[in-house]
Amino acid sequence: MLSYLWGFMIIIGIIVSLFNGNIGEVGNAAINSSKEAVTLCIAMVGIMAMWTGMMQIAKKSGLVASFTKTLRPVIALLFPDLPKNHIVNEYIASNMIANILGLGWAATPMGLMAMRELKKLNNNSDLASCDMCTFLIVNISSLQLIPVNIIAYRSQYGSVNPADIIMAGIVATCISTIAGVIFATVARKIVNHKRK
Amino acid sequence: MSFIIYMSNYIIPFTFFYIVGLGLLSKTPIYDEFIKGAKDGFKVVLDIMPTLIGLMVAIGVLRASGALDLLSRLLEPITDPLHFPSELLPVVLVKMFSSSAATSLLLDIFKEYGPDSYLGRLVSIILSSTETIFYTMAVYFMAAGVKKTRYTLIGALFTTLVSTIASVVITNLVF
Repeated sequence: MLSYLWGFMIIIGIIVSLFNGNIGEVGNAAINSSKEAVTLCIAMVGIMAMWTGMMQIAKKSGLVASFTKTLRPVIALLFPDLPKNHIVNEYIASNMIANILGLGWAATPMGLMAMRELKKLNNNSDLASCDMCTFLIVNISSLQLIPVNIIAYRSQYGSVNPADIIMAGIVATCISTIAGVIFATVARKIVNHKRK
Repeated sequence: MSFIIYMSNYIIPFTFFYIVGLGLLSKTPIYDEFIKGAKDGFKVVLDIMPTLIGLMVAIGVLRASGALDLLSRLLEPITDPLHFPSELLPVVLVKMFSSSAATSLLLDIFKEYGPDSYLGRLVSIILSSTETIFYTMAVYFMAAGVKKTRYTLIGALFTTLVSTIASVVITNLVF
């Protein structure tokens, strides 16, 4: 998938530059961009390590676990058909908390375990259950509250106040998550109605 | 609306205060844990570095050749009636497939217009409030062995549309 996208970008770029007569600039841009990517990553290590360090404290002090517990009533509301006290509730909550805290790489393993459990609860059918649809729609609506990466990029490219977009981002994220929840709830109602 | 910018300044210090304060109260060895966690940060960045190099080179080639300008001029007839900047439509579309490709486009916008410009702020907010639809769906459904995904895609496209519109409205209101 990405092979085509990436290959296409380079081929198109070179063809367009032949028409525009600026092939020399294209070569320079390729060299400079690769160097720039490394410079950027070095700057990012600092901000990223600061964040993951803080999150490690949050994990060890029990803060993440207590957030996960707080999320339980929300999970019950979003997934009314799930058996209470089933391990899948735990997986879904952990995945969402990791996403909210901007720990995407920690969220994925939890999310995959949640999906496998949801499949078992769905009699191993290869048709997605309403719970799976809700889980993914809410996930894709983006839950992350503090976009650590984007703040790092803004800082590297000379923003005066790289964090000044946080609150606006949170508002946009909340609106899209609410929209996702409404969509998933209505779709579930329609599916259940048809079944009856 | 300036209180939204004002509050943004408090979020990171407040989060740190909360985490460190609670860590001290619960007698967690916070400094040792911080050092341990910080090591993970290196790994996270190291993992994305090769992807970022590859994609930034591709975007760099597209920008230098004039192809990106050409693309945004081609998109103007679609985006202008929607009052959406034509430079940002490729970012929104690419983000559905690949987060790192969208990041490279974001960096290109930062370079061309600056992170504190209208476009720079809008693209920051759009990318912080959307997820990669096709990648996430592929990974999650593949892991579960589910083939028919039902209304997941429509729902995901709907939330992306909502968050993009919300980002434009909020950026216009706040900045």
